[in-house]
Amino acid sequence: MTHWIAVPVLLPAVLAGLIVLAMRGDIVLQRVFSLFGNAALLAVALALFAAAGSGPPEAYRLGNWPAPYGIVLVLDRLAALMVLLTAALALAVNLYAVGSGWDRRGQHFHALWQFQMMGLAGAFLTGDAFNLFVFFEVLLIASYGLMIHGGGRDRLAAGVQYVAYNLVGSTLFLFALATIYGVTGTLNFADLAGKVAALPPGEAGLIRVAGVLLLLVFAIKGALVPLQFWLPATYANAPGPVAALFAVMTKVGAYAILRTYTLVFPPATPATGALFADLLLPAALVTLLVGALGVLGAASLMRLVAFAAVASMGTLFIAIALFTPAATTAALYYLVHSTLAVAVLFLVADLVVAGRGSGDLGAARPPVRSEGLIAALYLAGAIAVAGLPPLSGFLAKLLVLDAVRGIAATVWTVILVTSLLTIVGLAVAGSTLFWKSHDPGTPGAAAADGAAPAPLALVAVALLLALLAGLTVFAGPVTAELRATAGSLYDPAAYIAANTLGRVE
Amino acid sequence: MELLVASAIGVMTAAGVYLILRRRGFPVILGLALLSYAVNVFIFASGRLAIGRPPVLTAAAPGYTDPLTQALVLTAIVISFGMTAVLVVLALGAYLETGSDRVDLDHDADADAPEDRA
Repeated sequence: MTHWIAVPVLLPAVLAGLIVLAMRGDIVLQRVFSLFGNAALLAVALALFAAAGSGPPEAYRLGNWPAPYGIVLVLDRLAALMVLLTAALALAVNLYAVGSGWDRRGQHFHALWQFQMMGLAGAFLTGDAFNLFVFFEVLLIASYGLMIHGGGRDRLAAGVQYVAYNLVGSTLFLFALATIYGVTGTLNFADLAGKVAALPPGEAGLIRVAGVLLLLVFAIKGALVPLQFWLPATYANAPGPVAALFAVMTKVGAYAILRTYTLVFPPATPATGALFADLLLPAALVTLLVGALGVLGAASLMRLVAFAAVASMGTLFIAIALFTPAATTAALYYLVHSTLAVAVLFLVADLVVAGRGSGDLGAARPPVRSEGLIAALYLAGAIAVAGLPPLSGFLAKLLVLDAVRGIAATVWTVILVTSLLTIVGLAVAGSTLFWKSHDPGTPGAAAADGAAPAPLALVAVALLLALLAGLTVFAGPVTAELRATAGSLYDPAAYIAANTLGRVE
Repeated sequence: MELLVASAIGVMTAAGVYLILRRRGFPVILGLALLSYAVNVFIFASGRLAIGRPPVLTAAAPGYTDPLTQALVLTAIVISFGMTAVLVVLALGAYLETGSDRVDLDHDADADAPEDRA
């Protein structure tokens, strides 16, 4: 499998360059290559996932220098899972972007899309903290372009805020990395794991500062309160398919926290102890509350879905903050589920906005074309996001609740109350969108003049819903696989061994 | 020298944070630039301060300076340069489109409901 580990990073990078240089202005060719690239990425991700599940973690030396000196990519179960999730989501959402014609509303959509794939895959696969920073920047710079795709006043204004916020985050990241390097003299994850664990007590203060700085950076990416302010405006103003892809971007923050705080700063570290879990849990609870209240109070459909994304990050971080194998299994299941569910809801919201001409929830508007179908898709997406049976959201929340059973009742209360708030918020929005439109008092209630949804766009939404249904039906095998993934995170010896630190062959 | 480097990092960070909190496009960009200068010096210092030492192996060297932090700084400079360029272009575009260079969104901006904005 060795060389295949680099393919998820190299394939999109080559394709993006090719699309920019050789296919300028030829949208058909761009679409073919971009979709082909996404499909190939999915195939490679599936193969890597199978390889990671059947063997120990594997390191790939870029430049063939031994690990702590050279840069490595490391394929383990968690990295393979995240790459697979990204590839599957990206293929479906790319289909939607092509079907709905979003990719034609500006230049270079597909090139930026491929660069985004490169950044995401690299961030998940890298085994080096500084390289994580570099891949964060790759995915961010592509996301800046995608976010303002199509232009427009509000989108540009929101884009400036998004870029400025993330630049501050990048600077913090560098401060954290430099502090870690100053204390330990290495930035390779596996090497750090050994060095941080063996740190003399006198150095504990600095490494704690670095750990908290790093937590702040990942919290910005994961939209954890009080660093979530960039998310609603960004997601609400981004093009629908881009917002759906961004559903996996907040998960990069969650992934980085899982990786760093189980491998480098596990709760058993003498220098840091349970510091990070103690910081993470209250912030996650408040994030969930803020997200649910936002769903209840949002004035437009896209903002509502954006706040649902914030709430899903809250639930995810609650499960992560426990740092036990059972809770991490629940967290991983919820991570996969919420990525797909939020993406479905963003795509449905985009369908509604395109047909209705506005996502404003303050007033009823005439019914959209093929309203029955879109309303059914909205219902399915809302059920998934709110965590109602029969879709996987229910199972995911059940797993999270089960994992936190041992600790404070506050967590149960917050999760259950916010679930109710989310359901009410989604139901109110749904009735404004699809029921009040038939009210005789609504101006122009008989006319449906918006554009009909494109078949390919509907297929893309149906694909994502099918994935959610599959996640529900095959919950048993999936959780068994995720349990093995979570177990490998809390027993990192194999991951560290894969790096063959300092051994020259 | 420690005092000089440390106070340079501190002053640049403080000035950068102050400028970022000004909420207007130009000061925010200047503030981010100052912050990135501060962090570049900080990364450099994290490899320990050494004067007149070579970073690569030579037979006559009395000691070495850390070459890795220099490579990290180089990467950080390139990235922050590119990012600042993107932000400048974006801020200019937003200024020309909206007629204001405020970075904060004091109004609830919604792309799908542009008509209810003042």
